[in-house]
Amino acid sequence: MTTVARKAGTGRGRLGDRLLHAYTWLIIVWLSTPIAVMILFGFNDRKSRSNTSWQGFTLEWYRRLFEIDGLTQALINSLLIAVAATVLTTVIGTLLGLALGRYRFRGRGISNFLIFTAISTPELVMGASLLSLFVSGNLQRGHATIVIAHVLFALAFVTVTVRARVVGLDPSLEEAARDLGASTWDTFRLVTLPAIMPGVVAGGLLAFALSIDDYVVTSFVNGSTSTFPLWIVGSVKVGIPPQVNVMGTLIFALGAALAIVNAVASRRKA
Amino acid sequence: MVKPQVAGAVTANARVDRTSAIELVDVAKEYTVHGEVVHAVKGVSLDIAEGEFFSLLGPSGCGKTTTMRMIAGFEDPTRGVVRLYGQDVTDVPPNRRDVNMVFQSYALFPHMNVWENVAFGLKRRKVAAQEIKTRVGEILEVVGLTGREKRRPREMSGGQQQRVALARALVNRPRALLLDEPLGALDLKLRHTMQIELKRIQREVGITFVYVTHDQSEALTMSDRIAVMNDGVVEQLAGPREIYEQPATAFVAGFIGTSNLINGTVSAVDGAHAVLSLGSDDRILIPSGSAPGQGEAAVITVRPEKITIARQRRDQEVSQVRGTVSEVVYLGTYNSYVVTLDGGAEVTVFEQNAMDGTSTAERGDSVWLSWRPQHSYALRGA
Repeated sequence: MTTVARKAGTGRGRLGDRLLHAYTWLIIVWLSTPIAVMILFGFNDRKSRSNTSWQGFTLEWYRRLFEIDGLTQALINSLLIAVAATVLTTVIGTLLGLALGRYRFRGRGISNFLIFTAISTPELVMGASLLSLFVSGNLQRGHATIVIAHVLFALAFVTVTVRARVVGLDPSLEEAARDLGASTWDTFRLVTLPAIMPGVVAGGLLAFALSIDDYVVTSFVNGSTSTFPLWIVGSVKVGIPPQVNVMGTLIFALGAALAIVNAVASRRKA
Repeated sequence: MVKPQVAGAVTANARVDRTSAIELVDVAKEYTVHGEVVHAVKGVSLDIAEGEFFSLLGPSGCGKTTTMRMIAGFEDPTRGVVRLYGQDVTDVPPNRRDVNMVFQSYALFPHMNVWENVAFGLKRRKVAAQEIKTRVGEILEVVGLTGREKRRPREMSGGQQQRVALARALVNRPRALLLDEPLGALDLKLRHTMQIELKRIQREVGITFVYVTHDQSEALTMSDRIAVMNDGVVEQLAGPREIYEQPATAFVAGFIGTSNLINGTVSAVDGAHAVLSLGSDDRILIPSGSAPGQGEAAVITVRPEKITIARQRRDQEVSQVRGTVSEVVYLGTYNSYVVTLDGGAEVTVFEQNAMDGTSTAERGDSVWLSWRPQHSYALRGA
């Protein structure tokens, strides 16, 4: 890209190039500043209850990470719920994506519409309606209802990601496998699944990210169970402890690492 | 435009001990698209012999690929029977049919290397590891890919991918190999190399090849027999030479090479020849066997290279028509003329380039065209 621009060689082209670079960096800074601030204040040697002004570097909060019992329990709840929701969502979403991307069937149009609806419904509406559903169904609210709710709103994202991958798949790949003697199951296991794997993993990561930081829907269906985001919001008035920043940093690092691994792996495969 | 390439072709039906490898009996396929029934294949019957290089030739949408996919088992025929070595396989799924296919897109598994791709079929059949190793090694040698076992498909050129696809199918020693326009994605030069290569590989492995193509020169070059398909039916089934020299229908005549179609009425039938009169001095002789009865309309075909162009009228024993040259094109090894007959029909003539490089006639010249009676045929159903 740069070579082409350089070959064009006009002053205008070079200026445009520089503007584009400046703009790109601006966006990167814009996007990463909040994350940087979060990471930074995990190292803040705060003196008062509020953690809003920089007062010096310390590793104390990393050492005392699990000292607040309520916060630790909330984080454990969030991780458990996120893992369960991710597994369920990925399995169901992959199957849905396969069906919607591959087959023409009665109800396909309405299914695609419902998927779109699930993405576009305001979380407040979804949370409120789920709550009334659970209440009228007399369901004990807690971990299970949170997982159900998370699967519900993350499912559409996984489905869409996998469907895109399936649509781009050469249908003769599977025919070739069948032709070479593979059973339907072997064809799926050995050819289809590896081919759509980058989409499946990306969808799974998305589901995990959506689940771990959801506040709105969770706040309707949590019952007495607290999650990481719920605990943080609850502590705003009394001052958010720096441990929250540390946990946020660790979750971010984990997510970033997984995303990088997926990107590298899919580049090597595709 | 395309020069005939029949010279090296094998004569059809030359085989004596003929075992039937693939048999289609009145096979038809209908689809329903948006509530409308589409007849993709309208009753095709074929009998493909063991070891034969058999081509299904026709324009896109003629049903040739559907026909092949019914042999492979990817499409269920609406009616009819598919037999493999006498056994009815109409309801057998593709993974349990002893035929393998080479796909137009190659369909190589992108996440597997060459070795894994080629070994895929043998592993599914639970062949012993040692035998897999030997057979994959052997077939990679046949297609000239020894030493590239660890490559991924996307790291290879189109021609190499083509060879992997071929090896992946052949390594299973199928009873027939089905090839769906396998050279379609290659450039012209590579196509010609692969045509010769395919023919060599077929001779080496001795497997029946069923080859789907829309490229007539490809079909003529490689096939033992060709089924020319159009609109879901087989228009003609014969060897390359016969397809070219004696096209059975106007479609075949037009689809294979360049062909002239001339309309006329049979004015007399005498012994060996029927006479077609066009105008006062014009007469076309055709073998009486293929001609309709006296007084009936007929369409005859004659190839451009069979016609002699001259300024004078020649003796009586040949077909002769008069016309005016409306175009001359110099094409290096030959000249191409378009001659408008007095009756209005346009006839293309190829003339071998003369020693001195000049042409017999120029634009606007009045000329006589002549050819021997056996070089024109009345077309069926015309």
